[in-house]
Formats: sequence, structure tokens, C-alpha cells
Amino acid sequence: MAVTDIQASQPFLSRLLRPRPVIALLLLMWLPLMAYVMFGKTIGNNAQMVLLPAIPATLILYILGIRAFRESWVAVIGLTLVFFWLLMAVSAPYLPLLDPNKPIAPFTTPFTERKDVFFWLGTDFKGRDMLSRMIWGCQRVLVWGVTATLVAYVVGALFGLISGYLSGWWDEIISFAANVLLSFPVMVLFIVILNYLGPSGFNIVVAVTFASAPAIMRIVRGLALDIKTRDYVFAAQTRGEHPLYIMIFELLPNVRGPIIVDACLRLGYTTVAITTLTFLGLGLQPPDPDWGLMIRESAKTAMLWKFSYMLLVPALSVSSLILGFNLMADGLREMSLRD
Amino acid sequence: MLKLVLRRLVQMVLIMAVSSLLLFAIFDTPEFKKRLAVQELGGFAVSALTEDSYQDWLAARGLDVPFYQRYANWVGNILTGDFGFSFEKNRPVAPLLADRLANTGILAFFVFALMIPISLVLGVLAGMKEGSLQDRSISFISVFTTSIPEIASAILLTIVFALGLGWLPVKSAMIGGFDFRELVLPVLTLVIYDFGYVARMTRASMAEVMTSQYIRTAILKGIPYRRVVMKHALRNALIAPFTLIVLQLNWLLSGVVVVEVFFEYDGFGKLLLEAALFPDVEVVQACTLVAVAVAVVSQIISDIGYTFLNPRIRFA
Amino acid sequence: MSDQTPVLECRNLCISYYTRAGEIPAVVDFNLKLMPGEAHGIVGESGCGKSTVALAIMQYMGKNGAIVGGEILFEGRDMRTMSDEELRRIRGSKIAMVYQEPMASLNPSMLIGAQLAEVPIYHDGLSEADALRRAEEMLAKVRLPDPKRILNSYPHQISGGQQQRVVIAMALLSNPKLLLLDEPTTALDVTVEAGIVELINEIAEEFGTSMIYISHNLGLILETCDRLTVMYSGEAVEVGDIHDVFEEMRHPYTRGLFGSIPLPGADKNAHPLVAIPGQLPLPHERPEGCNFAPRCTFFRDGLCNVGALKMHPVPGDDDHKVRCERFQEIDWDRDLPKGEAKPPVLPGDTVLSVENMTKHYIIDEGGLFVSGGDARTVKANEKLSFEAREAETVAIVGESGCGKSTFAKVLMGLEDATDGKVMLGDVELGALPVDKRDKSTIAKLQMVFQNPFDTLNPSHTIGGQIGRVIRKFGVASDEAEVNEIVMRLLDTVKLPRDFAKRKPRQLSGGQKQRVGIARAFAGNPKVVIADEPVSALDVSVQAAVTELLMDIQRENRTTMLFISHDLSVVRYLADRIVVMYLGRIMEQGTTEEIFAPPYHPYTEALLAAVPIADTRVEKRHIVLKGEIPSPSNPPKGCPFSTRCPYMIPGTCDVDLPPLRSFGEGHGILCHLDPAELSKMEPVIKPRAQAAE
Repeated sequence: MAVTDIQASQPFLSRLLRPRPVIALLLLMWLPLMAYVMFGKTIGNNAQMVLLPAIPATLILYILGIRAFRESWVAVIGLTLVFFWLLMAVSAPYLPLLDPNKPIAPFTTPFTERKDVFFWLGTDFKGRDMLSRMIWGCQRVLVWGVTATLVAYVVGALFGLISGYLSGWWDEIISFAANVLLSFPVMVLFIVILNYLGPSGFNIVVAVTFASAPAIMRIVRGLALDIKTRDYVFAAQTRGEHPLYIMIFELLPNVRGPIIVDACLRLGYTTVAITTLTFLGLGLQPPDPDWGLMIRESAKTAMLWKFSYMLLVPALSVSSLILGFNLMADGLREMSLRD
Repeated sequence: MLKLVLRRLVQMVLIMAVSSLLLFAIFDTPEFKKRLAVQELGGFAVSALTEDSYQDWLAARGLDVPFYQRYANWVGNILTGDFGFSFEKNRPVAPLLADRLANTGILAFFVFALMIPISLVLGVLAGMKEGSLQDRSISFISVFTTSIPEIASAILLTIVFALGLGWLPVKSAMIGGFDFRELVLPVLTLVIYDFGYVARMTRASMAEVMTSQYIRTAILKGIPYRRVVMKHALRNALIAPFTLIVLQLNWLLSGVVVVEVFFEYDGFGKLLLEAALFPDVEVVQACTLVAVAVAVVSQIISDIGYTFLNPRIRFA
Repeated sequence: MSDQTPVLECRNLCISYYTRAGEIPAVVDFNLKLMPGEAHGIVGESGCGKSTVALAIMQYMGKNGAIVGGEILFEGRDMRTMSDEELRRIRGSKIAMVYQEPMASLNPSMLIGAQLAEVPIYHDGLSEADALRRAEEMLAKVRLPDPKRILNSYPHQISGGQQQRVVIAMALLSNPKLLLLDEPTTALDVTVEAGIVELINEIAEEFGTSMIYISHNLGLILETCDRLTVMYSGEAVEVGDIHDVFEEMRHPYTRGLFGSIPLPGADKNAHPLVAIPGQLPLPHERPEGCNFAPRCTFFRDGLCNVGALKMHPVPGDDDHKVRCERFQEIDWDRDLPKGEAKPPVLPGDTVLSVENMTKHYIIDEGGLFVSGGDARTVKANEKLSFEAREAETVAIVGESGCGKSTFAKVLMGLEDATDGKVMLGDVELGALPVDKRDKSTIAKLQMVFQNPFDTLNPSHTIGGQIGRVIRKFGVASDEAEVNEIVMRLLDTVKLPRDFAKRKPRQLSGGQKQRVGIARAFAGNPKVVIADEPVSALDVSVQAAVTELLMDIQRENRTTMLFISHDLSVVRYLADRIVVMYLGRIMEQGTTEEIFAPPYHPYTEALLAAVPIADTRVEKRHIVLKGEIPSPSNPPKGCPFSTRCPYMIPGTCDVDLPPLRSFGEGHGILCHLDPAELSKMEPVIKPRAQAAE
């Protein structure tokens, strides 16, 4: 038929711009990165090999993203910032960088040469290359931040759907639990949980889930309450569908749209939280580079105008990533309002 | 109305009971007791400790009785105003907490005094003319500032105003007594991070109101535009931001930790972190309880304010 | 008449919206001349630009709309040249507007008094006290009880009908020259609507205000206006005196519109409705030439699809104009499509029987921790009893709060009946929630929903959603077989087969409703509940969907329960009618019995309230006072006693009325004597007969 003819003649990229290929690409980018950061040490020496397929996947996703978002320059800028760091994260082992953990020449200021090495961004108080640490530093924040947000979403959406759709006692209990958790200021909750579990990436995921899932649950619950009054849900109920089927197949796909914007914003919050926690000494642990750690270490040793670059570099890096997430959320919202 | 407040209060008591119980349960594990012992006796002493003498130490600290009994005691103590004793700072928790809360209160006062007018005015200006240059620039600025986390803006401000220009002190420890100049950077840091969020919400609320049908009615009634904005739009548009600002107190308690630690300002947040790392259990519990109380009270205030501002609910 | 300056004149008005897709013309070449004291109707379907015209007259186009051509003269002056300040002085004082949704049009956080007082304060410079006094007088003039109390209320504290009266009072406060009414009664119940229409007609007489009345309902226009403009897809297609247009319409679209609304003479067997084929074009997909051409049976290539069409005067009548190139060639008495008569269907055995079905809800306002203690019982359904036979259409008629949706929920098994029986064949459904029903019982009872935008899940394809029903009910499980049935169903509802792969957002409202029908019939149901299946659709699409629904029903000999508030549709398609009010059946009987005396007083009022777009009939004038009481706090005695014109004090408001039986199956729940009920005059009579 005519419709299929048109689709067949569309270029390769447009055909990729549909849910399934995009999900495949996302997995292709994400799983290697996750494996590398979380289990790189157990994989061994050739761990960086797993990142090879992720590099082209990231590039293709970026191009697809630009095409999809081209109507909103705000979203394009946001996307560019986020994908810049994603690309850095997947390609860090292949870039011509110094070893981020190797002390060379302490307190070298940017754009100077010492010991036959030119330091673009200088070195820190131990003499480790700042440029290299900055680029490597995005890996852990990205991986743990996204993982934590994802887990929080799964948990929050699950409880939100149950409490919104089933109502009654389920709702009372879940909502009360959410209220208890929400009445802790986020940072207090983080401090208590991480202090209890001990600082590590996995525990950050747990802490973020506890802190974010109640808010996500509330959003999803509100959406579910709205959607469950729609006739198509009524139709599903009257044909005797199981509540689980209705939640997963009738409600969930329609909740997806509105929460994508929120997810982008929350990625930003989580990044802030991880960096802040690391700065406070409750998050990721040395020696591997991380922006929060860089700030923590430098704040203790380099509070001088001359060495302010040590603080400036990680501070700007983390801000640019968060700005990326926020602009993306803004652009997405703008685009969703237009249609 | 009264019923609503009452219901909220009952919920608040319940939430505080549940959360304190949770906290108590968390800090009741053997590892925490061990960590406490290490802090008090020193790591070496603990490893040399025999099981019996460890038990004696627990008994001396009152940690050997069952968890529920201790919880009951603790609640009883709190109700009589006894918040326990800080082993790290070596003084009772109640006055310590009061001191620190007062410091944070000063900080919070200035933050709110700056943030509320800035964010409301900017939000209303942006939302009034949705899509205009004015709106877009205000929106962009607020996205920009909310994207700089407290830690980063603290660094940037310190670098520029303290390290670079040397106008303001780097740290705000207030060693030589209260110095207003030491308050500037922490306050600015918190305002920069926070105002954008409130401004954006105000903008959204204002923009929604401005496109509503009753604003159209008002304009087509032939009332001057100024009055349409001031009398018809503003009140409806400020309902949502009002509740948000009160809830912002909860956010502030989070931001305050970072800022106080970074600037070494002796406030509530720094106390909490230090106590948690020590671990100074009774201080942590007291702090958390206070934080939850603040959060729940602000929730009640925001609820009541919302019902008061919104006649649709007030008379429902 | 021609010496007078028209109050308003639109000349060649063109209005466009600017969107991402570029400039979209909303209204093209619109002309209108409104004389003092005249009421002009603008009728058309959604997207035809009728509301845009009203807002353009107010010079309120929003950010992305603009008047791109022509002029709007108000009392001879072009409004486009006026300054903002001049416009402000005219708005609300000389031109006032009444809106579609009264609740949204009033500021929720301001007292009604303050909102009303603004008008005289700003336009006539009155003091606040004087302004409030005038507002109070005006509230009394629009027949609002207790104006003082209303002045000190917030909008949400009064009912929808009262809100609309407040908006009308606000519009009249400074005695405007021109009143724009944009679908002022669409959001209201029929009996409340009748009150507002009566008020509007009185205003026209008392104040001599010129009016522009915008509506999609031809019947309402007939009741309120002198002249009429019919709009289609951004253009006026026919203008003229209301009787000329109604009796001698000269545009195929106008003719089609009349053919697709059920008028008193229509009958589903002898004179079925004639639907206009196709659907409304999207604003950016309008055809070249005549916008109606693709749907027109008189379309001629080379004539209808070249250049912009002009308005032509109808010979012999200066005021009557049409935008059609062929109107003189068409034989308006003969060439018009007529529906094919179909043989009547004989009903079979009883399929569904409802006996004393009662549903009460208990609303407990207490929460989890503090019990409120003021639990209330809402009597949503009280002792409903009726039967439906095979292949029969039973209509359940009533306004909001009458309990028809609750009844549907009980039937579908989403709620348990509190008392009584619902028998489907030999299965008792009242106490059998849907998860306890077996597959075949569920499949036997399906539903078509009201809102086309809600009826399909936006995330799944059409084929997937129909296929799910087929699999679920075990009609077929094999992939190919399911697919085959889906295709056949799409054929049945006259949709192209490749729609199976589409998502609902790619479909128009009428198409979605067709899919909804296909889904309901996928499991070969015995009984289909149709909950106002066409009320949200455009008039020209309604007929097609209605006819389709009835054809499928006829073929499968399905029993249909048709829930509706619209008596003219019901008269057209129902065999039996059940009239409900506040959870009780007030009257039931065959369609003929319901539409002829004896009536229940509520039925009588309902019949009188429904506007009829037919100049050949005359209607008795009955306007009910007050509003529909809340179902959670129904009146004592007869639920209708608070509004009934025949109310017998001491009887009706104390005791429940007895059921009076008039022949088999015709029952009326009323205290009035059967003899008195029988003496009632018919509400709708042919006009000729009335003249005698």
C-alpha cells in the first residue's frame, strides 16, 4: 500500500528513529558502560574492549536525538552537553590521556609544561593530570546517577501504579510510607542511609531510590488516578482483564510520556546529589577520579586564587552536565506543549 | 478547616513516631554499637576488648537493654525535653542543637528574604507574557542557575569574591564573633540555587492563569490591563508558588548541609553531618527528628495556606 | 431598515492563525450585517471558525491569531483602527460576551459581587456601593433567587445554570448594544438550557440588544434568532432569514445537515437519516475551490474545484445568499438523496430483565485517622425495573445525576447492585462482579463509550485493541484467524483495512467511534450498552455513526441499551424508552407512548426543553424552575417535586408517588390522577394543526 511505500523509501536514520531501534542503541551504549564502570575490575585488563561497540552507538544516538529535537534549540543544546559527557565516558580509555591516577608534577598550573608534559588544565595537589581526571571523572557520576534514577523510577512507578489504580488500603499504606519518607529532607535521608549502609556506588542507588521513589510514586499515582477514569480502562475492566494487565498494558504506556520530562530533571538532581554526597565523603570513594572527589580533595588543600582551577574544573564540569539534563527537560516540555 | 488541621496534626505525630522508630532501628545494629565503641575507646582498645568487658561497656552506656525499651525511654526523655548527650562535642544535645539551629535560622531568614521577592517578581514577569523575549530570557537564566549545584556555585562565588577579589572571607566559621560579611556567600549560594525553581513554578502558574478563560472574561469585560493582572491573575497565580515556598524549607535543610560544610558555618547541617560520621547517635537522632518536624510543620502551614488562599477548597 | 446604521458589519473578514506549519486560514471572506435589535445565528460544526469570528469581533485573537483582511465595523467605525484604550471602553460596555463554560469564565478566587461590580465601576464610573447595588438588580433580572447571597458567593458555590445567569448578568450590566453568545448552553442540562434560552429571548425583547448567537445546534438557533449564517470549514456557505434557510435551503451542506439530524418526521425504518459522507477537512488540508466539494453529491469537476467561490444571491430574495456554483441547477425537491427504507425488525424473547435494581453508595468523608462520622448514602439507582428483548433498542433518557452511568456500571459488573435482580438470560448479574463472570457472560454484554478521545488507548494500534477482545473472548486464538476477524470487523464499520496498523491519534473522532463499535461487537454480544455514542461527534458525522450502529445491531439481532439525554435521537432510534430522574424511573413505555400524552410531568418538560430544528412543528412552552438537585441529597417524596409545575403540596413532597399503569408496559410514577395525566396536551404538534 501507499503508506508502506513511503516508509520504505525513507532514509536509514529515520527508520532508526522508532522505539525498537532506539532502545537497542541505548542498550548498546549503556550496558558496556555500566559493565565497565561497575565490574571493570573483575573483567580484568582488557576491560576497555567492552566499550568498543558503545562508541558508535553513542554517536548514532546523538545524531538521532538532534534530528528528533531539531525544533527546540534548547533541547539540542541540552542534548549536546549530555552526549558530550556520554561520549567522553565511553571513549575515555581510547583517548590519548595521561593516567588519571598517576602523580606526575604537583601544583602545575594550566597551560604549562613540566617534566616534558604539557598540562592543558594543570595538575592537582598530588600531581595528577586535571584534564584526564575531568574526563574520566564523568564515568562514575553518569553510570551511578542514571542507574540510581532508573531504579528509583521502577520502584516509584510500580508503587504509584498500584496505589493509583487499586486505591483503597493499598493506597493508604503506600501513600503513608511515601509521606514518611518525604518528610525527611533529602540530604538528611541520604546521610542517614549512607551512614548506615556505608559509602559506595550501590548504596547510592539504594539511597537515591529511597529519596526519589516517593516523589515519583506521587506523580505516577496522580497520572494513574487520571487515566483510570478513561473509557479505555473501563473497557478493559468490563472485558474482565486482570488488574495487573490493566496496569501494565493500559496504564503504563500512557504514563510514560509525562514522566520523561520529570526523569530528565531528576537525572539532574541525582547528579547533584551524588556529587554533593561524594564531596561530603559519603559517596564514591578514592582513588578513581570523580568530580565530587576532586572538589573534596581540592577544597581541603587549594583554597588559593592561584590554584582555583582545581575547584573550577570539576565545578564547571558537573554544572554543564546538569545544565544538559535540565535543558533537555525544558526542551522536551516545550515540544510536548506545542502538539 | 479545623478538621483538616487536626487530621494533619495526627498524621504529623504518626509520621514522627514512625520515622523516629525507623531511625532507632537503624542505629541499633551491632555494627553501629561497635563503631560507637571504636570512637569512644579508640580502635586499639576495642580490638583488645574481651567480649565480657564489651558487654560491660554496653551496659555502662545503657545499650544492652532491648531496643523497644530504649526507644520508650528515649521518647520519654524527649518528651521531658532531654535530647541526650553528645559524646563528640561533650555537651548535652539540647543546647547544642538550639545554638546550631539558631545559626541556621539566621541563614534561612536571609535566604528567604532574598529568594521570595526575586523569584516571585521574575516568575510573574515571565509568565505574564508567555513566549516573549522577557519570558525567554528570565526562563533561561533560571534554568541556568538551577543547573549549578550548591557545591559548584559555592566554589564559583568563593573563587570570584573571596579568592580573586578578596572582598569577602573564604570561610564563615564566625570565629571572631558574628560577622555579617561571612554570611554573604552562604546566603548567595543558596539563593542562586533555589530561586530558579520557585521562579519557574511561578512562571508556569502565571502563564496558565493568563491563558485561562476567566482572564479572557476579565479582559473582554473592558477592565484595564493592570487591574486584570493585579486583581484577577496575581492572586490565582500565587496560590501554587506560595505552597511551594513553604515546602522549600525542606529543600533548604538539604542545601544547608553542603553550604555549611563548605563554608565551615556552624549550623544545623554541619552538626548533622559531623554527628553522622562520628557516629554521635543521639545527636543524629535529635537532628533528624527536628528536620522531620520542620518538614511536617511546613507541610501543614502550606496546606492551611493553600486552603486559605483557594476559596474553592475553603468552602468545599 | 436600510437607513439605519448596522450595529455590526463584517466585510470580507479573513482571519488566520500562525502555527509552526505556517499560516492557517481560520475564517475566509466572512460577511455579516447586524441591525439594531436583530438576533443573528451562526451555526456550524467544530473547526468551522464560528468562535473565531466572535473573538475577532472582540478583537481578542491571542498571540498567534490575526485579522489578515477585511474590516469589522461597529456602529460604522472600523474596530481595527481603534486604540487599545478605545477597545477597552467598548469591550464589556457596548459589546459583551457570554461564554461556553460558565465555570471557567468566572474567576474562582473572587466573589461574584466584586466581579460584577467591576463592569459599572470601570465603564460608568460608579462607586463600589452603587455598582454592587446595580449588580444586585441585574441578578434579580436574570431570575436568580436570593441575589444578595449570590453576590457574596464564589463561583463554585453556585450551580452551572446559575453561573451562566451570572455571566449573562455581567454582560448586560452596562446595557450593551451587541451581545455575543458563544454556545452559552452547551455545557448545561437540557431542562436548564431551556431556562437560559427563555432568558435570552426575554433579554432581546426587554433590552433591544442585538445578538450574535453561536451554536452547533440548529434547533437552538431556530428558537432564538431572526437570521442565520451557516458556516463550513472557515467559510459562510449560506446566509439568510431563518425561515428561508430552514424551509428553502439552497446549499448542499445545509441540506445535508438537516438530513442528518433526527427531526420529528424521521423514523429509523421508514425514513432513515442520510449522513453526509466523509469528514470535515483539517484547516491546512482544505481543497481548492469549494471546501465542501469532496463530500458533495453534486460535485462537478472543473466547476467546483477552481478558484475561490463567491456568495451568490438567491433569485427573488436579496437577503438569502449561498456559496455554491450549482445551486440553481439543482432540483431541490427531487435531486436530494433519500435514505432507503428498511423493513422493521421484530423483537424476540426477553434477553435482559431488570427487577427492582437498587444501587446505593455510602460516602464516608472521614479519613484514615480521624473519622469524619458523617457518612451519607447516595441513592444512585432506586428500584429500577424494565425488560429488553432481542433486537430491541431500549433508550434510557435522563439528565446529569439521573443514575444512568451507575446503572451501566452495575450491568457491566464494575459495581454490585445493593438490591434487586439483573437477569441476562438465566444469569443473575446484579451480585456478580466482572471478575467472577465467565468469559461467555462477559462477551455477551459489551459497551460503546461516549467520548471518542477516551475510548481507545492512545498507546496501542487499532488492530491490536480489537484483536485483544477477540482473543480475550476466545472467538479465535490463531494469529491469522484473529487478523482475519479484525479485517472483517473493520470492513463492517466501513473503515479501510490498513487502519489496523494505525494509532488512535491518526483517526478522527467519528473513526474512533467506529473502532469502538467494532470492538464492542468483536465478541458477538447479545446486549450492547451505548452510552451517548454520538453526542461528542460533529452533527454531520453523527448520522453516519448512528446508522452504522443500528445496521450492525439489525444484522446481529443485538439488544441495544441506548443511554442518552437527547430526546430527538432517542425518538428516532428507540423502540422503548425509560425516562430517569435522580435514580428513579419516572416513566417508561414504547416510543409512541412516551411522545404522546399521558406524560409524566418531567417527560413533558423534557420534551418541551429539547430544541427542534423544524419550522413545521410547534412546541408547547414549559420551563422548569430551579436546578437538578444533588443525588446525594434528593428531595423527600417525589424526586421531581422541587421543580414540578403540577406539584401538590403536602403530597408530592412527602410521599413517594404510586406507579400508574396505562396499558401494557407504559407506566408513570406520579401522584397526579390518571385522568388528569390523560388530559395533557401533546407537547409537539405540527404547525398547521396548531394554527387551526
